[in-house]
Amino acid sequence: MTRAPAGLDVLRSQKVAGALVERIRALVDRPVSLMEVCGTHTVAISRWGLRSLMPQELRLLSGPGCPVCVTPVSGIDRAIAAARLPGVAVVTFGDMMRVPGSSSSLESERAGGADVRIVYSPLEALAAARAEPGREVVLVGVGFETTSPAIAATVVRAEREGVRNLSVLPLFKLVPPALEVLARVPGRPLDGFLCPGHVSVIIGARAYEPVAERFGIPCVVAGFEPVDILAGVAMLLAQAQRARDDSGKAEVETQYRRAVTPEGNPAALRLLDEVFEVCDAEWRGIGAIPRSGYAFRERFRAFDAVARLGLPETRVPDESGCVCGEIMLGLRQPPDCPLFGTRCAPRTPVGPCMVSSEGACAAFHRYEMSGGADGR
Amino acid sequence: MCLAIPGRIVSIEGTTAQADFNGVTREVDVTLVPDVTVGDYVLVHAGFAIEEIETEDAEEIGLILDEMTGLLGDDGP
Repeated sequence: MTRAPAGLDVLRSQKVAGALVERIRALVDRPVSLMEVCGTHTVAISRWGLRSLMPQELRLLSGPGCPVCVTPVSGIDRAIAAARLPGVAVVTFGDMMRVPGSSSSLESERAGGADVRIVYSPLEALAAARAEPGREVVLVGVGFETTSPAIAATVVRAEREGVRNLSVLPLFKLVPPALEVLARVPGRPLDGFLCPGHVSVIIGARAYEPVAERFGIPCVVAGFEPVDILAGVAMLLAQAQRARDDSGKAEVETQYRRAVTPEGNPAALRLLDEVFEVCDAEWRGIGAIPRSGYAFRERFRAFDAVARLGLPETRVPDESGCVCGEIMLGLRQPPDCPLFGTRCAPRTPVGPCMVSSEGACAAFHRYEMSGGADGR
Repeated sequence: MCLAIPGRIVSIEGTTAQADFNGVTREVDVTLVPDVTVGDYVLVHAGFAIEEIETEDAEEIGLILDEMTGLLGDDGP
């Protein structure tokens, strides 16, 4: 029998969780707002009902933690434009299928006969390109730093093998530049960032030092089990208290030490740097964030689906009538939106926070609508 | 979307490994973890191992858990 790694029994232990909740309660003596910026944290907090265990004065906010949710409408439109071209297969992670563009979705295009395929790994896109040399295979390149190295590695392999019918629609996003924007949102004090565990596996905990140092906001990299998240919250609260009591400085700590190092994954970082250069990027619901995306370097331009297929740039206002932008900035909560649960629901998403199962609204809708959760 | 699950490497050939996920064996690319060896636990995301992870018991789980493990006592979680 395979032993579950890293003591899953401890990580889901009610006793340990209960002790951590006690510690959290003892550490909260004033209004405190903490924000996670990771869809997996968003879902875990909702799924395990952690918000309902928190003291009244502690707010757990969900930032823009899901790369699918923050993909701009123009990006979806480009994927759809590719799918409408003859001889093109669009290959995507499943989460992207139902995300509405300005007039359609990849799912609707597939129902209408377009060649749209769902994959789990970018290597499947490479395999498809290899198997069908007469077809243009376009991978929808959505993801934070967790996913972009896998796509970079796939592109490098395609180049090495001489596969010429594979390209990527680059819609990548980088987390630290978004934190710098979130740290400066007027009218919403923030006492700590619960930093994403698997993004940090790649970029390393040190990547958040500029955020902690420049904006004075404590950062803790946390794992995804209930005890990980509760421990991360307790560490943030303890750090904030130390900072107040001893006028200590905000710093970066790592709770998820079984996977995250200060430096990150050097092989992955080398690959990212080989294939991509940092560029400005548009975040749905938030707007343009400087130096928060990846574009292909000159050597790999042939893999850029936009240039290769001449995909048009559409200028679509991210207008939806919902308050997702404010939700992702931590100014409002899902139930504050007039469309939440009525016009905007998981099967008929309107705004970015409902489009993917990891969005703040979708997770809230699924797990916290009944049973008296109040969405604090 | 950044979900990653732990698996144990059972064999490696070039940059392709077989990994065991609780009894199910799946192919995993190990390009991003060049130093990994058979028996190691790795975190797998989108078909790629993205990092080797510590596998020992609760003591290694993390800073704050060190003092928490005592709470488990003899009767388990």
